[in-house]
Amino acid sequence: MKRILFLLLTAVIYAGPAQAGIDETINNLTAPIATFIGQVVFFKVPIAGANLPLVVLWLVIGAVFFTFYMGFVNLRGFKHAISLVKGDYADPNSAGEVSHFQALATAVSGTVGIGNIGGVAVAVTVGGAGATFWLIVAGFLGMSTKFVECTLGVKYRNENPDGSVSGGPMYYLRKGFEERGMEGFGKFMGTFYAIGIFIGALGIGNMFQSNQAYVQLNTVAGGALDGYGWLVGLILAAVVFAVIIGGIKSIARVTEKVVPFMAVFYCVFAIIVILMNFSSIPMAVSNIFTGAFTGEGVTGGALGALIIGFQRAVFSNEAGIGSASIAHAAVRTEEPVTEGYVSLLEPFIDTIVICTITALVIGTSQVADPNFAGDATGVAMTSAAFERQISWFPVPLAFGALLFAFSTMISWSYYGLKGWTYLFGEDQSLQTVYKLIFCAFVALGCVVQLGPILDISDALVFLICVPNILGLYFLAPIVKREMQKYQAKLESGEIKKFKH
Amino acid sequence: MENTVLLAVDGSDGSDRALGHAIARAKQGGAKVVVAYVIEWSPYSFNTPEENAQRHSRRESEIERANSEIVAPALARLEGEGLACEGVVRHGAPAETLIDIAKECGAAQILIGRRGHSGLKSLLFGSVAGNLIQTAPVPVVVVP
Repeated sequence: MKRILFLLLTAVIYAGPAQAGIDETINNLTAPIATFIGQVVFFKVPIAGANLPLVVLWLVIGAVFFTFYMGFVNLRGFKHAISLVKGDYADPNSAGEVSHFQALATAVSGTVGIGNIGGVAVAVTVGGAGATFWLIVAGFLGMSTKFVECTLGVKYRNENPDGSVSGGPMYYLRKGFEERGMEGFGKFMGTFYAIGIFIGALGIGNMFQSNQAYVQLNTVAGGALDGYGWLVGLILAAVVFAVIIGGIKSIARVTEKVVPFMAVFYCVFAIIVILMNFSSIPMAVSNIFTGAFTGEGVTGGALGALIIGFQRAVFSNEAGIGSASIAHAAVRTEEPVTEGYVSLLEPFIDTIVICTITALVIGTSQVADPNFAGDATGVAMTSAAFERQISWFPVPLAFGALLFAFSTMISWSYYGLKGWTYLFGEDQSLQTVYKLIFCAFVALGCVVQLGPILDISDALVFLICVPNILGLYFLAPIVKREMQKYQAKLESGEIKKFKH
Repeated sequence: MENTVLLAVDGSDGSDRALGHAIARAKQGGAKVVVAYVIEWSPYSFNTPEENAQRHSRRESEIERANSEIVAPALARLEGEGLACEGVVRHGAPAETLIDIAKECGAAQILIGRRGHSGLKSLLFGSVAGNLIQTAPVPVVVVP
């Protein structure tokens, strides 16, 4: 094990000085492919002056359909979801299994990431304050998509001979279509999804995260880390290596404990900043509503704001991409649909709570001082909004971004691994090969220019929502039946709350 | 059922002494002894996805180990003395879970060994015996 680590380290150290050369070669090799894939996946249709990527339309139509088809389960099921997470329905005899709370917490730490801090700033910059409104609407609709995909993730998971479980879209796509007599098509869809999530995990769930963490650290350090990307990358890769290959659980456990704390810390300080901007709140809120319907000053008007809002929401909560159902599949439950209910809370926490709070921090700062951030956008813009009121906040924010990035990498290393084991089997040594590749990409993320590589992985992650949502349409009647049966059991008292 | 005592074990010396006390107590009153071991676990902890995926098999091996290494030897000694006994292994918060088990088996008394932690350690981590004394619905005997 140590030898492998050593080889990995030397490889990255040598990559450091040769950075410029490597960058150029990689860029030259991948740019044309990236451009092509990007153009296909994010194919845009101009509507009323705004450009609407078809893939976003595909996700939105899906979310609207599932919301109606499931009878507004995102509203109706909310209270029951909280009750499940609290453990009201947990059988004491199954204590020690993965609880609903644990499955949700794991999935949320995979979704809450840089996007919640930086992505929202991008939405507000490009789509105006009104984008916030559509972001919330998209989060609300996304709850229904999650409900469907996570129910299926549990229902069609594989139980391996060693007692572990593997689940997710690749499994429900294959088995679901098989059940409907479309065996070949199901196999194709499952494999397609597995390849997509495996490659996507190396980009959006890996290089993008380590790169952004490095950028934010460097900003806070005042550029002192310029040229030391390889060092930061190396350290990050070593820590990820220790967790996913070395099996050093303590690091993972510490992060998993610190991340929720950081999320709460972030929200509390965001609310403090919003309150400090008290006099700007009414204006900021009214900007959100007027912007949503008039789209003043935004390219494409209200429609432009809508597109940006929806796009950012999907980037953030991953509803329709199917990744979270891999994490949710681990729960032990007699009723797969219970995990569907619990997963509703994920877009709620991620998009409706955290993203909205970020949007308000930026919105109220903008009202108070339109030029507060200068030219900055993304994480830097959010950071500037905090800094206006709390001068020291960018430092803990950078630390938080690093932790968010790290926990997202750990979660995505698992998503990618499940894609890999779906393709190549559960063989342990092959799994180690994948994990080594993953670590190498963590280090590379801080060294190379992200441009084209990120474009490819971004495009692939969005491409897999095509088979995923197509599968969801086909399998939605099954989910609906399960939901109705479960509701009947709840009403008849067959499923009862346990006294604790 | 009236004459059942719950013996909480954890494989320590203290729990050995409690076992000795339970044997004496059961012989006197002809009581049945329920031997319980609680594996500390919380449904509200934060895990990696990989840990979650392996949780089911981990749980089984934890229960198996607790049974074979801690509960079974105690049961063997009780049986050797000709006493009626039964073993329970469960995950959860120790004191709360012991109380649940005591209620389920209708135990008239809970026996537990003293760990003898120093002041600071028990201040930081609390003590199962201490919690039991405060919250149990039946008398608790702490064996020194």
